[in-house]
Amino acid sequence: MDLLDNLALGFSTAFLVQNVLYCFVGVLLGTAVGVLPGIGPTATVAMLLPITFSFEPVTALIMLAGIYYGAQYGGSTTAILINLPGESSAAVTALDGHEMARQGRAGPALAAAAIGSFIAGTVATVVLAVAAPPLAEVALKFGPAEYFSLVLLGLVVSIALARGSALKALAMIALGILFGTVGQDIYTGAPRFVFDQRELYGGIDFVSVAVGMFGVAEILRNLENEHTRTAIVSKVKNLWPTAEDRRRIIGPIARGTGLGSALGVLPGGGHVLASFTSYAVEKRISKRKQEFGRGAIEGVAGPESANNAAAQTSFIPLLTLGLPAHPVMALMVGAFIVHGITPGPNVINDEPALFWGLIASMWIGNVLLVLLNLPLIGMWVRMLRIPYAVLFPMIILFAAIGTYSLSFNAFDVYAIAFFGILGYVLIKCGCEPAPLLLGFVLGPLLEENLRRALIISRGDATVFFTRPISVALLIVAVLFLVVSVLPTISRRREEVFAEDD
Amino acid sequence: MERRRSVPDVIAGALFVVIGGAFAVGSLSYSLGTPLRMGPGYFPLAVGVIMAALGLAIVVKGLVAGEDITFGAIPWRAVAAIVVAVVFFGFTVRRLGFVPTSFVAAFLTTLASTRVRLLTALAVAAGLTLAATLIFVVGLQLRIPLWGPWLGL
Repeated sequence: MDLLDNLALGFSTAFLVQNVLYCFVGVLLGTAVGVLPGIGPTATVAMLLPITFSFEPVTALIMLAGIYYGAQYGGSTTAILINLPGESSAAVTALDGHEMARQGRAGPALAAAAIGSFIAGTVATVVLAVAAPPLAEVALKFGPAEYFSLVLLGLVVSIALARGSALKALAMIALGILFGTVGQDIYTGAPRFVFDQRELYGGIDFVSVAVGMFGVAEILRNLENEHTRTAIVSKVKNLWPTAEDRRRIIGPIARGTGLGSALGVLPGGGHVLASFTSYAVEKRISKRKQEFGRGAIEGVAGPESANNAAAQTSFIPLLTLGLPAHPVMALMVGAFIVHGITPGPNVINDEPALFWGLIASMWIGNVLLVLLNLPLIGMWVRMLRIPYAVLFPMIILFAAIGTYSLSFNAFDVYAIAFFGILGYVLIKCGCEPAPLLLGFVLGPLLEENLRRALIISRGDATVFFTRPISVALLIVAVLFLVVSVLPTISRRREEVFAEDD
Repeated sequence: MERRRSVPDVIAGALFVVIGGAFAVGSLSYSLGTPLRMGPGYFPLAVGVIMAALGLAIVVKGLVAGEDITFGAIPWRAVAAIVVAVVFFGFTVRRLGFVPTSFVAAFLTTLASTRVRLLTALAVAAGLTLAATLIFVVGLQLRIPLWGPWLGL
């Protein structure tokens, strides 16, 4: 059995004392930093990256992976408790997680996230070990036409995230895509919408958009009426989910794990797509649709599982193709190169101990995450149970510092204020920020693949309809669009008719 | 038939029309290219036009059968305090240094609340500056000078 031999090699590497220790340190540090409001996994990994450079390659990469899981879990904790997701996949968790926290059910929400993440992580690690080579082949078959259709499908699916009208959600997606075009054009290098400001050439930072739309806008809404404002960080009691909760999260965790494992392989926004899709699926098939957005535990367990499964399987394109599937993976590429290893197909043959050690350490990292976080939730919560008069200045200040530290660019900080005001106005007008965020992340991919597909097909736009996978994805997207727009129309009609009577 | 006007719907739609239109007009100054080899302006122009059209549809819908949303009060004091604080941070962090910038930004943000007293605000700002310095500069080794050139140190 090749697989068992490989896993034995992996675990013998990962169980070396220094590797377990630094995996632990990584998870602890990652959670502690990731739990800080406005600092997502990307920012956390970027900030902690230099620490790992002094270790051996295997240890350094294992520690980095640990930081990544920790940061992700810490980010989910913050998203649930104070509605401040550090990255777009946690934005999905915040939708229902924060509502649960408002209703005093923060404990079950956090536990559902932890349990879902652990189960998904375990399964996805096995998936990664078993299916890395064949799955990489699937991703290899995807041309730009398929990617374009896939990204379009992902965007259309995100309409399900919005509580309001489908029209507004579509417009928010378009707005996100437009903000994503700011900066240098990928093909010609021409600067777009930069107003002659050199600082804008690199584009608008995702963190600024997320912090502004979710953080600042939320704070402004809370300050609207300080007397009736509900407590932001409620007490976390009854951590263990009730029997009812446990029954309700089994399905979402299983489906989320499957979706996440499959979508995480796709280079691009696989993990974002996974959590958004999982949420959409749970909302569609649930018998309690009306609870979504108002504190449905399925809306926490599903996306969290999908997100974590995708986080594991997003290592597949990195380790087999050298393709970063995700900003954190791009940082991992940097870490590989610093250690003199070129990520790609050669890693599995040239550095089997590193390849399988990293995979084994992913599972160890997930075990440590549960061991560390369920008992320590009280500590993370205490970090958050701070009076609002202290908390919101802290969020603003730390968000400004964290955003600035990404690239020492003052424009990233100004962008927080801009997106905060814009987000606040749009939210007050009944537009939800999540579709905008997804448009912003996936927009550049959409444009890149659209243009590449048309270059390859020599300007023949039928390429999207003649390639079987692409056309299938497009058909699903159109069906989804029709289904999400139609009920609003027919309901409106009924209302109008009712008034006539 | 009674019309249900929705002011928030109209505002949102108008915003989408204006922003989408601005992006579309802006794209016209870049090379559009051909579908075979799209220029930098092609994609933003298409998305901008789509968005303006969606915005128009939202305005029309808002005038005929809008969503029932109450816009509510705007906390002008909080909006002003937070915007000033964030912009101040971005503008001065390199010039005044980490410690004074953090202190002033935290103090300004604290003033966003109408119920905060001056002494409390100063104490919160001092505490947050200390915490931020310990976490970001000491703990995370962030390379920002603590005291900047404007102070002549």
